[in-house]
Amino acid sequence: MKARGYNMAGLALVGAIGLAFMFLTPRFAELDVVLDLTVYMIMAILALSLALIWGYGGILCFGQSAFFGLGAYTYAITMFNMGESTVPFLLAILLPAAFAALLGYFMFYGRISDVYLGVITLTVTLILFNSVNSTAGPEFHIGAARLGGFNGIPGIPPLNIPGNKGAVIDLEGMFYLCTGSLLLTYFGLRLLLASQFGRIIVGIRENERRAELLGYDPRAYKLATFTIGGALAGFAGCLFANWGNFVSPTIFGLSQSAQIIIWVIVGGRGTLIGPIVGCIGIQWLSAMLGANQPSGGSDLWSKIFANAPLILGSILIAFVLLVPKGLVPTLSDIVLSLFRRRQRQEQRGFEPQQAE
Amino acid sequence: MDLVAILAIQVVYAIASLALISVGLAIIFGMMRVINLAHGEFLMLGGYAAIVATNHGVNIWLSMLVVAPIAVGLLGVVVERAIIRFLYGRMIDTMLATWGLSLFLVGLTTAIFGNTTVGISAPLGSIQIGDYRTSAYTLFVIAVAVVVLGVIFAAMRGTRLGLIARGTMQNANMAAALGVNPPRVYAVTFGIGAALSGLAGAVLAPVSGVFPTIGVAYVAKSFITVIGGGAAILSGTVSASALFGTINQIATFVTTPVFGEVALLAAAIVLIRLLPQGITGRFFRSGL
Amino acid sequence: MNMHRRTFLKGTAAAAAAGAFSSNAYAEDPISVASIHDLSGGLDIYGKPMVDAMTLAIEEANAAGGLLGRQLKLVNYDTQSNMQLYTQFAQQAALKDKVAVVHGGITSASREVIRPVLDRFKTLYFYNTQYEGGVCDRNQFDTGVTPAQTVEKLVPYAMKKWGKKVYVIAADYNYGQITSQWVKKYVLENGGEVPSIDFFPLDVTNFGPTISKIQAAKPDFVWSALVGGAHISFYRQWAAAGMRKSIPMASTTFAVGNEHIVLSPEECNGMLVCYNYFQDLKNPVNEAFVGKFHKRFGADYPNITELAMGTYQGFRLWAEAVKKAGSVDRIKVIEALETGISIDAPSGKVTIDPPTHHCVLDVHIAEVSDKKLKVLEDFAQQKPADTAAVCDLIKNPNDNQQYVIKI
Repeated sequence: MKARGYNMAGLALVGAIGLAFMFLTPRFAELDVVLDLTVYMIMAILALSLALIWGYGGILCFGQSAFFGLGAYTYAITMFNMGESTVPFLLAILLPAAFAALLGYFMFYGRISDVYLGVITLTVTLILFNSVNSTAGPEFHIGAARLGGFNGIPGIPPLNIPGNKGAVIDLEGMFYLCTGSLLLTYFGLRLLLASQFGRIIVGIRENERRAELLGYDPRAYKLATFTIGGALAGFAGCLFANWGNFVSPTIFGLSQSAQIIIWVIVGGRGTLIGPIVGCIGIQWLSAMLGANQPSGGSDLWSKIFANAPLILGSILIAFVLLVPKGLVPTLSDIVLSLFRRRQRQEQRGFEPQQAE
Repeated sequence: MDLVAILAIQVVYAIASLALISVGLAIIFGMMRVINLAHGEFLMLGGYAAIVATNHGVNIWLSMLVVAPIAVGLLGVVVERAIIRFLYGRMIDTMLATWGLSLFLVGLTTAIFGNTTVGISAPLGSIQIGDYRTSAYTLFVIAVAVVVLGVIFAAMRGTRLGLIARGTMQNANMAAALGVNPPRVYAVTFGIGAALSGLAGAVLAPVSGVFPTIGVAYVAKSFITVIGGGAAILSGTVSASALFGTINQIATFVTTPVFGEVALLAAAIVLIRLLPQGITGRFFRSGL
Repeated sequence: MNMHRRTFLKGTAAAAAAGAFSSNAYAEDPISVASIHDLSGGLDIYGKPMVDAMTLAIEEANAAGGLLGRQLKLVNYDTQSNMQLYTQFAQQAALKDKVAVVHGGITSASREVIRPVLDRFKTLYFYNTQYEGGVCDRNQFDTGVTPAQTVEKLVPYAMKKWGKKVYVIAADYNYGQITSQWVKKYVLENGGEVPSIDFFPLDVTNFGPTISKIQAAKPDFVWSALVGGAHISFYRQWAAAGMRKSIPMASTTFAVGNEHIVLSPEECNGMLVCYNYFQDLKNPVNEAFVGKFHKRFGADYPNITELAMGTYQGFRLWAEAVKKAGSVDRIKVIEALETGISIDAPSGKVTIDPPTHHCVLDVHIAEVSDKKLKVLEDFAQQKPADTAAVCDLIKNPNDNQQYVIKI
């Protein structure tokens, strides 16, 4: 019961911090910081989608960017065709979900597992990349929306209040929407994972055969998890298309895909806060490394310290060696061990002195 | 008729180059279940090693076939001792570590070489087949692939190292109980896998050029080939390369290169769906 | 929001920074200009020379006393070949650094990412890379060549030299596709034929089947619009198949990434290219420039590329406009530029074309010869005719899009 109490306290704390962050940031931070934070929130939702699929579901998905990209492209294409954002918004979530369901059915009911899943999901996102990348000619269009090939689709109109075409979301509103969505996603996933469903998928992750013998069909549960994850990633994609008003085929690429996996590993698999922290941390780090470039010339300083891949790579290697479980689990271990040490000290005070 | 001959050479070349770039990864993944996302960078470094050696006067054949594998092999051993050693059994963590390593190596190479590096051109000239001409160097690449695969086969079957490697792969604890030193075997195996990747990169350098980010073009394809091949290192790599290389080349020739790429990827999906453990999960199971 | 405290703090910080940069303790704030280019990742071979050129331009200007009595400060962003960072850095440059102008973007994709951002936050934008043409945006100025300026000249020259049957190979993305359409148009206009146009994804390295197809078609020459590091392998494989001597090649993308230095002379000698700038151009402005460039960055600098010169010229044009306008205010500078500002650049005279915001510049045809580019012929003052067909910002100043030019 005490554990449940701590759990509730922890959730309340997260909620409080989240809400404070959401309402106070636009008042105190500069606009460019708010804009940066908006995209970090969006990417955190994407990270959560993989956290669910992989951290809790045990499904190594190397192609999460496929659903992310599909969400963004679906929103862009339907928005150009419809002009009002309610249907595009919904489609941007439903279409990737449907695609995930289809792909999931193909994979899980074919009894494909671990690395092979990774390869199939990777090839799917690469197929999307290659296909969309070569749609540069004017003949490649869906209704009024030109696919644009490598150049992507620029000038995507932003969301508007459902029903009211003119009431378009502004930059601050975008921040509220994305932060609010992240909070909702986080708590929604917490609820999901605390439910029967959540515990079953963790059980399947731990030992699929045992879960099966207990009467649960792992294929169906994995399919459901995968679909939910796909829907979340599509949702993040829709928000991303709104943030930058832009989408291009690199969203389907290997680099984007690997990034999501890196965030989850760095943050800590098997947690929800972890991937959020990992995602924001690495994004912020990449932006910082790119922003402070010395000008011109190739002296030793710029060759080493303004060399973003070199620095980022070193940090990741050091990370994996020194913080193997990921940020959040390691931090919580540290906190818990300090806590337990105090508990033990307190307990010792009540023990009768042993005879020498 | 000449067209058929030329096409046949190109298909065999595609298979050979795919096998060549994948075999190093197959050894590392097959033996140690390490997902080496820096594989493309090992290839890239092999190319750079060959170029640097050649531009400093070393005979081109020596730099490609001797200097490059040794250089990258040594790097592989260093990487294994410094990083991978701590991550055995933790496949996911090897992904993160090797991704970081790949970024690091790209950054390092750019810092040392810049992005404009003189390359080496393909030796051996061209051969004429009817109306068509093709590079004789492609035949050399095919020959190298065959020799490399043959040597690995012979080594695995015939030598003590091969025996130890196979034993450690099957059951590391048992091998240790029998007096083998698994960490040493892993280091050597990783080094050999890296050396093979370096060799592939060097041999392909005159054909595809070398620049710091060329690894990206290789890593996805070699992964798909290795995993599509399944558990057995050699027969898996060879059979998967044969299948994917053929489909890729024929689709490219008949339609467009984009469709050739997509066809290869689609073939991989279909393959894994039909054979969930890769090719050698079902066929050639007793193979190496 | 405590506006007053924040502005006070910002003001003192800026003054402190300005003090740190200039020797004169009473100097005003420096003028910030932003560079947003890829300095790592796959596109860094294009980005680095561009930033180097901009650095030189700024240092030159500062040595001459700055602009309007203020020193210039470069804010240098490395977008690491990542589209998301382009958006973020454009936002930062506009909102945080409040720069007077942004020079940046390499691929058209990256340009289309930051163009609306800089529009929205009212920051002037110079795009200095050669591209497919068609951008019509009052907030943007383009100094790169477009197909009507280079392809139109190179096609008839090559056809006169080699023959009328042209096989086209191109990178499979917008720039490659549009350039290939222009090539076809000019080939047909000059009485030739195009047996085939083949497109290749940017990471293809195996060109075996294509080379066989080209041999089967027996063209008089091959036009290459291939782009990027992976596509260099085509030239290697082409030469390895012994084709360099039998079928010549022309290109408006070759050498932009120093391909002529990476490849050996046997692999690419004889190729014809057409650009605005070549390091070997023989005129006093260029000779002085190359001298200064080598002094700053080393005499072993591989090659001063077309894109680097585009950036240098872009910066010089902006600086001239600032001087003419007497201010860095965006609208004033745009109006100054729209009077048709002109500079004597290392590549020749470069003038802003007011209706299109593109540049009228000299183009030259050169031949690859032993790792150098030997200039063969000059065409003075080529207008950006392709963009002019779709864009008139004087008549429609609120126009804001990239037109796909119908060929």
